[in-house]
Amino acid sequence: MFAYIVRRLLYAIPILIGVNLLTFTLFFVVNSPDDMAASQLGDKYVTPEAIANWKQKNGYDKPLFLNSQAAGVGQVTDTIFFDKSVRLFAFDFGRSESGRDITTDVATRMWPSLAVALPTFLVGIGVNICVALMVVMFRGTRLDRGAVFVFVALMSISYLFYIIGGQFLVAKTWRLVPISGFHTEGQVWKFLVLPVLVGVVAGIGAGARWYRTLFLEEANQDYVRTARAKGCSELSILFRHILPNALIPILTGVVVLIPSLFMGSLLIESFFGIPGLGSYMLDAINSQDFAIVRSMVFIGSILYIVGLLLTDISYTWADPRVRLS
Amino acid sequence: MKPVLLWSDALIFLLVISLALFFWRLRHDPQTRERWAEVFSSRLGMVAFTIIAAYILVALLDSLHFRRALENPESLATQEVFYDNKVSSVFDVLTGGMGDRFERTYSAPFALLSFEKENIKDASGRDIRDFPPLRHAGQHLAHPDERTADILVKSVSALLWGLLLCALVITPQWLLLRGSALPWAASWLTQGVILCAGAWTVSISHHYHILGTDQGGADVLYQSLKGIRTGVLLGTLATLVMLPIAVTLGVMAGYFKGWVDDVVQYLYTTLSSIPGILLIAASVLLFQVYIDLNPDFFAVGMEKADAKFIALCFILGVTSWSTLCRLIRAETLKISQLGYVQAAHAFGVSHSRILGRHVLPNVVHIILITFVLDFSALVLAEAVLSYIGVGVDPSMGSWGNMINGARSELSREPTIWWTLTGAFFFMFILVLAANLFSDLVRDAFDPRTSLRRAEA
Amino acid sequence: MLSRFAALCTRATLLLGAALLPGCSDGPWNNPNPESPPGLLTYQSVMSPLPPKHLDPALSYAADESLFLMQIYEPPMGYHYLKRPYELLPLGVEDFPLISYTNAAGEPVDPDTEAVAFSVYEMTVRADARYQPHPAFALDDQGNPRYRFTDPAAGRQYRQISDFPELGSRPVAANDYAYAIKRLADPFNASPMLGFMAQYIVGMEAFSERLKDIPRDGWVNLDQYRMDGLEVVDERTFRITIKGRYPQFSYWLAMHFFSPIAPEVDRFFHNPGFLDRNLTLDWWPVGSGPFMMVKNDPNSEIVLERNPNFREDYFPTEGAPGDAEQGRLADAGKRLPLIDRAVFRLEKEVLSLWTKFLQGYYDRSGESHGNTNRVFDQAFVVGPDGVELGAELAEHGITVAPDVKPAIYYYGFNMRDPVLGGYSEERRKLRRALQIAFDTEEYLNIFYKGNGIPAQSPIPPGIPGFVEGEAGINPYVYDWVDGAPQRKSIAHAKQLLAEAGYPNGRDARTGEPLKIFIDVQSQAISSTSMNWMDRAFGRIGVQVEYRPADWNRTREKLLTGNTQIFSHGWLADYPDPENFLFLLYGPESPLICQCDGANNASYERPEYDELFRQMRVLPPGTERDALVARMVELYREDAVWLFGYYPKDIYLNNPWVHNNKRHGISKNTLKYVRIDDELRERKREEWNQPVIWPLYAMSALLIALLLPGVIAYRRRLRATARQ
Repeated sequence: MFAYIVRRLLYAIPILIGVNLLTFTLFFVVNSPDDMAASQLGDKYVTPEAIANWKQKNGYDKPLFLNSQAAGVGQVTDTIFFDKSVRLFAFDFGRSESGRDITTDVATRMWPSLAVALPTFLVGIGVNICVALMVVMFRGTRLDRGAVFVFVALMSISYLFYIIGGQFLVAKTWRLVPISGFHTEGQVWKFLVLPVLVGVVAGIGAGARWYRTLFLEEANQDYVRTARAKGCSELSILFRHILPNALIPILTGVVVLIPSLFMGSLLIESFFGIPGLGSYMLDAINSQDFAIVRSMVFIGSILYIVGLLLTDISYTWADPRVRLS
Repeated sequence: MKPVLLWSDALIFLLVISLALFFWRLRHDPQTRERWAEVFSSRLGMVAFTIIAAYILVALLDSLHFRRALENPESLATQEVFYDNKVSSVFDVLTGGMGDRFERTYSAPFALLSFEKENIKDASGRDIRDFPPLRHAGQHLAHPDERTADILVKSVSALLWGLLLCALVITPQWLLLRGSALPWAASWLTQGVILCAGAWTVSISHHYHILGTDQGGADVLYQSLKGIRTGVLLGTLATLVMLPIAVTLGVMAGYFKGWVDDVVQYLYTTLSSIPGILLIAASVLLFQVYIDLNPDFFAVGMEKADAKFIALCFILGVTSWSTLCRLIRAETLKISQLGYVQAAHAFGVSHSRILGRHVLPNVVHIILITFVLDFSALVLAEAVLSYIGVGVDPSMGSWGNMINGARSELSREPTIWWTLTGAFFFMFILVLAANLFSDLVRDAFDPRTSLRRAEA
Repeated sequence: MLSRFAALCTRATLLLGAALLPGCSDGPWNNPNPESPPGLLTYQSVMSPLPPKHLDPALSYAADESLFLMQIYEPPMGYHYLKRPYELLPLGVEDFPLISYTNAAGEPVDPDTEAVAFSVYEMTVRADARYQPHPAFALDDQGNPRYRFTDPAAGRQYRQISDFPELGSRPVAANDYAYAIKRLADPFNASPMLGFMAQYIVGMEAFSERLKDIPRDGWVNLDQYRMDGLEVVDERTFRITIKGRYPQFSYWLAMHFFSPIAPEVDRFFHNPGFLDRNLTLDWWPVGSGPFMMVKNDPNSEIVLERNPNFREDYFPTEGAPGDAEQGRLADAGKRLPLIDRAVFRLEKEVLSLWTKFLQGYYDRSGESHGNTNRVFDQAFVVGPDGVELGAELAEHGITVAPDVKPAIYYYGFNMRDPVLGGYSEERRKLRRALQIAFDTEEYLNIFYKGNGIPAQSPIPPGIPGFVEGEAGINPYVYDWVDGAPQRKSIAHAKQLLAEAGYPNGRDARTGEPLKIFIDVQSQAISSTSMNWMDRAFGRIGVQVEYRPADWNRTREKLLTGNTQIFSHGWLADYPDPENFLFLLYGPESPLICQCDGANNASYERPEYDELFRQMRVLPPGTERDALVARMVELYREDAVWLFGYYPKDIYLNNPWVHNNKRHGISKNTLKYVRIDDELRERKREEWNQPVIWPLYAMSALLIALLLPGVIAYRRRLRATARQ
């Protein structure tokens, strides 16, 4: 098991290098260092000297990938790419183009993201399982088919509409909660109610439908028939047999998402003004802040890999027959 | 008139033709027939399919583009014909010029007056400030109070035309298919509703703006209808462009194993570990730069927008191929372990033959399921991308652009709700039909229904 | 078992419900603002849509950053709050600069002679100007700076400015002004002012060159190095020498670049390890102005508080004509600032921003221009009789004070373009035809709610050289009818077009339709406005193509002249026609100066350039006015810009905010704002009564959904049992 984890983590290194190379290439095809300097320095009176200065100060005055002027290994190491990406592996994200320390920003912005994403995730799973169990009780009836139709209809509404509708009704028309914002002094929860509610409601369609499929699959298994033949009550079948067995696919399906909770949700955060990592990313895209984009891609990739690893581990935990090798 | 063939037009027609050929070839395959019969045996499937077909038809009609010829003034000596730089489509013609009836600025659905005050002259010629009457709404009314009655009368006559249309369209189908075991009646009913609604819309839109107008005075209903092409094309083309990559790599990885498998796995793990939005945003910006640097490639603005659109399809396809690739790899792994494939190996059958005869036909159902499942996800994704600012070109009508533009309108007093409503309605119907249909296809083609997708 | 399941479900709903119910808080449920410290009158505002990037006066050159800087720093000069046209006043110094002129040898000469080689500006710092309390000024028992560390570990516990327990202060010294100018010159700071100011301030360039080679490890004391044009006479007096005559320099002295910077503050922020915790001068400005920064969280808010050491400053007792009648002098003679604290919260989404404003949680619309206004100007229409508010706004008692700001947004022609450019009579007619076809009035009405004025010349109202009435119209585009300018007819445009060789928009020789290309910034244009322009030019048979691109790409096109029609804007640095007319000065063309010049149209007319050179060094007066009038005439004759408009800046004010007169140039107006706290509390309470029934309706719906399920389940259970 331990050896397996170590091996998986080592396997992550080439992936992260690949990720970095890709983002780097993409970004610098779009933006030359000169562009970055110009957009960071503002609109008026940008002189070539100022640009050269900025590049030197921020370490963009070297060749991108290959330094033909340097000798030996320096050809590869004395470049922007090497400089900027080696540090990432030591989790030193450096400074954003506007001069802020990215590691500090990420560390502070992670918590608001979690504050929204975690409740949404947990409440979402709870609500979805409840709804799905209720529907499964009526499997094969007209009620079941109707519920599935409703799920599909809920799935078919764009996320944007859930957010806009939620803000418009709950916050603007009914004035029940603040429409957006976030601060840690005082009642944080009142800012979280609406985003969490929107997140949960938007997720019901897809989530409940998925859980329903899982439960139904289990309900058609032989052991359920046996249990019923033994005279177990419907409820005990549902809770003693179906739920625990369906938990395995549920667990392995959701575990992969847990690390990505740290990244937050791009849309929810920017609509609700939550200063998390999601809105951080969106701002970075809009202001073309390469340092942040690169760091966030890096973090995102690590979290994804961790998610995969956790999934594998959760398999062994949930189902002892599975061995990792 | 000069036909214009945009890249996306060519691709969508290519797609339709190849799909038609594909099904034509499979028509005698009993297994496939049986599965499709299962899909269509439910009334819901019929209705969903009819709706999707209607959307696709609109998209196809809207993909037949042309440029109108400009009339040469008499003073001009030349015989050469010049063309308008605006591109129109057959669909524009069929809507009866719905998109050409501009107002000055906002107006509410079925309104007779503009939404905003303007300096106008009253009956006695004095300057006053009031809501001016619209140019293309209710011009025929003698008095504003007649509006409701007028709409009713017009609706009835429009519906009669619609029914006539229904008779024309449905009767031949009935004659052909009445013996069929499938629930065609459900489809005919849907067709009837769609045709009547279409006839009503076109006829009423000559006299009123059914969904009002936007800030620039353009008809919102027309914009929502124009969004159909964008949505349908994005949903189909993005999957289409990723198919070759995903299938080739997936099959190769699963079949050859060894280092090929390692490389392919490395590729898709790397790609899928990057947060999708960032990858898409970067790629879209990249293409934008390419267009900016080569402005001469595209004669008219529409071609530029179209190139961006194709690029977006590519980018969405490339960033999402890893799921399909993984599924195909797994399936191929399984198939290549099967006895008859092993036996073929032993007999020295060439790789390409084994792949073509045994492997590929057995992964087709995965491709099909992915195709229908991804369709609705892509239509929804477009709206989100437009919000982030990396969606389709603003000059190209799309639901995402409409929603994006309508956000600030909601904060106006009184609220301007119709743009959002228009986009919501047309998008919802399409995605709902696609989702329902994909459910049925999945149930029919994947008997184990074990294709689980973590919904993000 | 059933009860457990039901309990689980109900608990989940209850949790949700409980979260929605009010419970502990008093006051409206939807209050998004944190409790402000008791006893401090807090002004609630917004920064939008992005937090400031730079707050170092040497680095910043953006209006939304200036908004903060100008509350915290006091540059030597400032503007009178109420008077129009804008009037310069001494702010950080005792009096207007004393200007003396010398020849090349440094001997005093008469200002009107040709011999003038240098102008010397002498200023004396106010005696009562003191810096805000700040740890950089804190001294230990020996009189040495309290917080000076040699290794990063020593200062690790300090993460915010508020973490430093000991504070200090001192009066502003003349040397601080000199130090600030040296910081502008320091190439390491990469100040946007360096290139421009080095043309004027003596010795700045040499100073900059000299500092290039200084090794940078921590702080470099700029006091060690001499700049020829700077002289600190005594503790409170300093002199700046500039090359030749440049009357506009006084205006530059009113910008934040020239605010005093205490060397010990700069030293303080160069403590090892401070940079890693964002403790920099770029993040924590330290000044002598009315406010000081107590919190800077770019993710959520910036908080300013009253500077307890602020000098004695009073509300002006006189204003422009009409100010007294409109109650703008109600606070005359009161000690400033009138509020204790100002909170600027980050707000990106328009719906939230607007809703919070309507709910009374923001006191007034954003200070900064740009996106904020694009939201708020949707709320009302500026008609011919003034502002027309929507019903809800009027009911709330919201007031609007639009003011034309000294800025111009325009679409220019590239004068070197082979189709549209050039100076022949045909080309002029062609451009004029396009000018007439673009109905600026309609454009502003539709897309800006009438919140702007069509430009008749490059010079906006409020700036000398702007002419009102019939004499001020552009006679090539407008006629004067019934006491108002009226755009010439489309028929006239068509005729001009025909005379230019494009009858009906078709090339007279080849028959090809005339197609014009407009370069637009993709974020700044919507498809609706593109459609509108299509139709506007379609009226004279001209086809339009757009080339949208992002800002970097657009900028590149402007620098290389690879454009036909481009959009641009200019926000005045100071209220002088020179600051606008230089947008057309030949040598300012990026193609000629090979720099980021402002004359993006590449307009070159020798007569104009000569007039500009004369005008630049003339003091205000009739002679200068005549030159300006002639230059405007040339601009109109050559039809250099497709259209232009002067934007209006607005404050939408909730009824409890007073002293809202908008100043087009000066940003340090926060100290004048007054808030009626009692009214604010009352109105907020009144406007934010929650609508409760949806809560009950939702609960009822949930029960309605659950109940039949439970009943049906029970029935089924019994059915199973019977089997």
